[in-house]
Amino acid sequence: MSIGRDDVLHIARLARLSIPDGEVDAVAAQLGAILDAVGKVAELDLEGVEPTSHPLDLVNVWADDEPRPSLSREDALRNAPDPHEGAFRVPAAG
Amino acid sequence: MIDTLRLTAEDALGLLERGEVSGAELMDAYRAAIDARDGEVGAYLRLAEAESGPAGVPIAIKDCITTRGVETTAASRILAGYVPVFDATVTARCRDAGLALIGKTNMDEFAMGSSTENSAYQLTRNPWDPARVPGGSSGGSAAAVAGGLAPWALGSDTGGSIKQPAALCGIVGLRPTYGTVSRYGVIAFASSLDQVGPMTKTVRDCALLYRILAGRDPLDSTTVELPSPVELPTATDLRGVRVGVPRELNEAEGIEPGVRDAVQAAIRLAESLGAEVGETSLPRSVEYGLPCYYLIAPAEASSNLARYDGVRYGFRADADDLTALYERTRWEGFGAEPKRRIMLGTYALSAGYYDAYYGQAQMVRTIIREEHAAAFERFDVLLSPTSPTVAFRLGEKAENPLAMYLSDVLTIPSCMAGLPGLNIPCGLSQGLPVGLQLVGPQFSENTLFRVGHALEQAIGFDVVPPRLGGAA
Amino acid sequence: MSVPAGWEPVIGLEIHVQLKTRTKMFCRCENVWGEPENTRTCPVCLAHPGVLPVPNGRAIEWAVKLGLALGCRIADRALFHRKNYFYPDLPKGYQISQYDSPLCEGGRVVVPLADRDLEVGIVRAHLEEDAAKTIHVGGATGRIHGADTSLVDFNRGGTPLVEIVTEPDVRSAEDARAFLQHLRQLVVELGISDAEMEKGSLRCDANVSVRRVGETGLRTKTELKNMNSFGFVARGIEAELARQVALYESGGQVVPETLHFDPQTGSISSLRSKEEAHDYRYFPEPDLVAVEPPGELVEQLRLELPESLAGRKKRLIADYQLPYPIADQLNSSAAMVELFERFTSLGVTNSVSANVVTNQVLAAGVDPAAILPNADEVKRVIEARDSIPRTAFEAAIAASGEPGFDASRYLAEAAVSDADELGPVVDAVIAAHPKEVETFRSGKEGLLGFFVGQVMKQTGGKANAKVVSELVRERLRG
Ligand SMILES: [Mg+2]
Ligand SMILES: [Zn+2]
Repeated sequence: MSIGRDDVLHIARLARLSIPDGEVDAVAAQLGAILDAVGKVAELDLEGVEPTSHPLDLVNVWADDEPRPSLSREDALRNAPDPHEGAFRVPAAG
Repeated sequence: MIDTLRLTAEDALGLLERGEVSGAELMDAYRAAIDARDGEVGAYLRLAEAESGPAGVPIAIKDCITTRGVETTAASRILAGYVPVFDATVTARCRDAGLALIGKTNMDEFAMGSSTENSAYQLTRNPWDPARVPGGSSGGSAAAVAGGLAPWALGSDTGGSIKQPAALCGIVGLRPTYGTVSRYGVIAFASSLDQVGPMTKTVRDCALLYRILAGRDPLDSTTVELPSPVELPTATDLRGVRVGVPRELNEAEGIEPGVRDAVQAAIRLAESLGAEVGETSLPRSVEYGLPCYYLIAPAEASSNLARYDGVRYGFRADADDLTALYERTRWEGFGAEPKRRIMLGTYALSAGYYDAYYGQAQMVRTIIREEHAAAFERFDVLLSPTSPTVAFRLGEKAENPLAMYLSDVLTIPSCMAGLPGLNIPCGLSQGLPVGLQLVGPQFSENTLFRVGHALEQAIGFDVVPPRLGGAA
Repeated sequence: MSVPAGWEPVIGLEIHVQLKTRTKMFCRCENVWGEPENTRTCPVCLAHPGVLPVPNGRAIEWAVKLGLALGCRIADRALFHRKNYFYPDLPKGYQISQYDSPLCEGGRVVVPLADRDLEVGIVRAHLEEDAAKTIHVGGATGRIHGADTSLVDFNRGGTPLVEIVTEPDVRSAEDARAFLQHLRQLVVELGISDAEMEKGSLRCDANVSVRRVGETGLRTKTELKNMNSFGFVARGIEAELARQVALYESGGQVVPETLHFDPQTGSISSLRSKEEAHDYRYFPEPDLVAVEPPGELVEQLRLELPESLAGRKKRLIADYQLPYPIADQLNSSAAMVELFERFTSLGVTNSVSANVVTNQVLAAGVDPAAILPNADEVKRVIEARDSIPRTAFEAAIAASGEPGFDASRYLAEAAVSDADELGPVVDAVIAAHPKEVETFRSGKEGLLGFFVGQVMKQTGGKANAKVVSELVRERLRG
């Protein structure tokens, strides 16, 4: 499986990682090697096999619609890098 | 004088109950041990303030488990300074049981690794040989217990992160049946695989702690009540127990001869204790387990780690537009291994690749479950080495992710199937502990405790490393 | 306005309905509107490390109920999926939604219009969580692209939403509006949503394309986002239809894009400046287990469904011989229909009953549901409405929703019916309005009401309206 520069840049963009240009090739090589090692899963013929998304066969788990106390605003913002007027501040979308 | 190297949690509980020591004296003893030895071991990222809280048996908690008011980082820079306003359910259960938090233990960042070298903060050394790794990702918890810096500890396991460091540090570790221990407040790596479990000196301690942790949690939709209560094991024989020896798990490429010898001796010992021993096979589980794991776990991780964006908590990089804020925060905040897995997982889930990778891996998972189910029609427990090797040297695999990934080749298959697995130390190779892996069907923890306890008694392994005064 | 001859609009709608459950979709924070910022949050809806979602059972039940009302099949097994993308209003970096196994699929909705039935297929209805609210500040324009920073309030984050996707069955902007209004009434009467577009508890996106009449294939569609009133939905779609037709007619091509309609200027602009790769990397949410709606629950919910809106409107027309506009107006509220039917069952004629409910009750602002317990007493007032003063009648209707309403007080006020007494007042009004008299005589007999009204005003509403109108008619004709 070969992974190209464009693939790495595309994935990094999707994952919001600002990969420096100088590291793209090395990452491409590493991901390629890992995919080589794990890629044999893709080649198996698994016609008719049901997927397991969960090891437990649980269904229908839900809670009653009964309110529980929320955090105080102070606690909600306690770890915020840039709290502002009771809200979380971020730079605008560019 | 409390000998923290030898004191089991059960013993400590007895001392407290009989009023022979106070909780404060116990805590002081562990703090003194930490002062004396943790400079070298590096098991703890930080200690809890001693003041309030329960005064029962102390416990160490892996840093991916939230502790209200005590910084929790999953050993990542991206969570530097993050102080949770809530407790993980397992933390709350420990508190409710009177356990006193000693501190938070080091780990591979976001539990991604098998040596604890991926911590953003520090190295942890194996108490048996400080030039070697403690295993990972729960390496800090394993080293704390092995080094007498905690009577017991909480670890977390995704593909072997409890069992493998327990093996490398010569202690007992249980990865419980998926769904029996709450994941609420456990910083997610791969949600369909993550489980918290006990890391202890003895199998009975393991059962005691599992009894505290297990059970349905209304805050975790994927938990269930235990079908039967946890029993403390007492039997020393294995009459009526059917022990299966999966060929592929015992003959896999890369298993060191010393590891194989110690495990085979343990299997013969099981037979002499009255177990019926037979060979079995898990062909596709072992061949495809690891590749399947390295698709599913990174895929889930790529999504689970999306919340670390510098908006609500944790590290934030300087940036004046939103995209730059995200991209720089995440590039600078995550270490190499999380970034590698995020990219791998993003790729495996992305348009055009989902069916070939994630979709296929989910189906392989079904096959792995079925193979194990078939084996459990004939056997109560499966035995194998936990890790193909004893503790390796610091730095030995740090630059080679694929070699590191192979450390988990024997633990991953049962994790993929959601099955419980117990590690007990079964001997030494090159003067280092060898771990025996016991795997059972879902909810078979009581069987694993019974078999583990009987073997533990028969093996007579001394959990204290010789360099710290142990007999081995 | 509609598209030029030869072109046919093809419109599909995506509607988000906020459910008014007491708590959020995946945590038990209160689901309320208008509280101070970030006072209804918890570790779960702030996506703190390690937290897990727990679904709201009532939201699941209501989504099934809505699915049934839309004529959908309820899935035997439904899954939640993660939809992965980054935005500050999406704290986990993914939205928990449903993907290839939604709760409800394959429905059909009939909206009776004056001249025909509008039929719209429902592709699916699924459950998901709402995003938080982002307020853009610091920029010159206040629009997204002009802002320097944004403030995020997570109170709304995690509100249960049902997303309804229709087939591209809608053929005009007006039909889109009619469907949306029908849907709004449906969810309001089911009691599961306030569905107020201005507050955002009902939101509508439209997938719009056009094709030549006679073409069977579909051309490229664009997505019009978040039009926040019924009027904007219709105007936005009109504008986009016109844009697409003009493009084709000038030899251009429509490109798939997401668009924003600006109601101020009536213009349409592309929402995303950069061409962003959409790759949501859906996968089954591993923190949640499957939903398999129990058969008994589904059947029970089906039995509890109220009469369909379409069926009710058709019944009003067929059983009560009401003209379409009146049936339509009555049908806009279940309580009005019920009150109307109560009056008729008590012997009030269909037309008088409809008139009282759609005019007087509505004008008095009384909740029809509150009048129901007093229907017998109110009926006495209605029967006497020609023989009591107008003011007494209006006062009675205004009070008709009060507990223990008693008609006697109002009935005691007899209206002035004496022609000798009323004659001079009528004469004075006629003398004072020569222009209106002329207009009336030239054939505009609708002005009768004007003269009656003036007389009522002069008499303080105490005149018998019937007698007054006879007197006016007599004098103006004579
Ligand atoms: Mg949606
Ligand atoms: Zn919440």
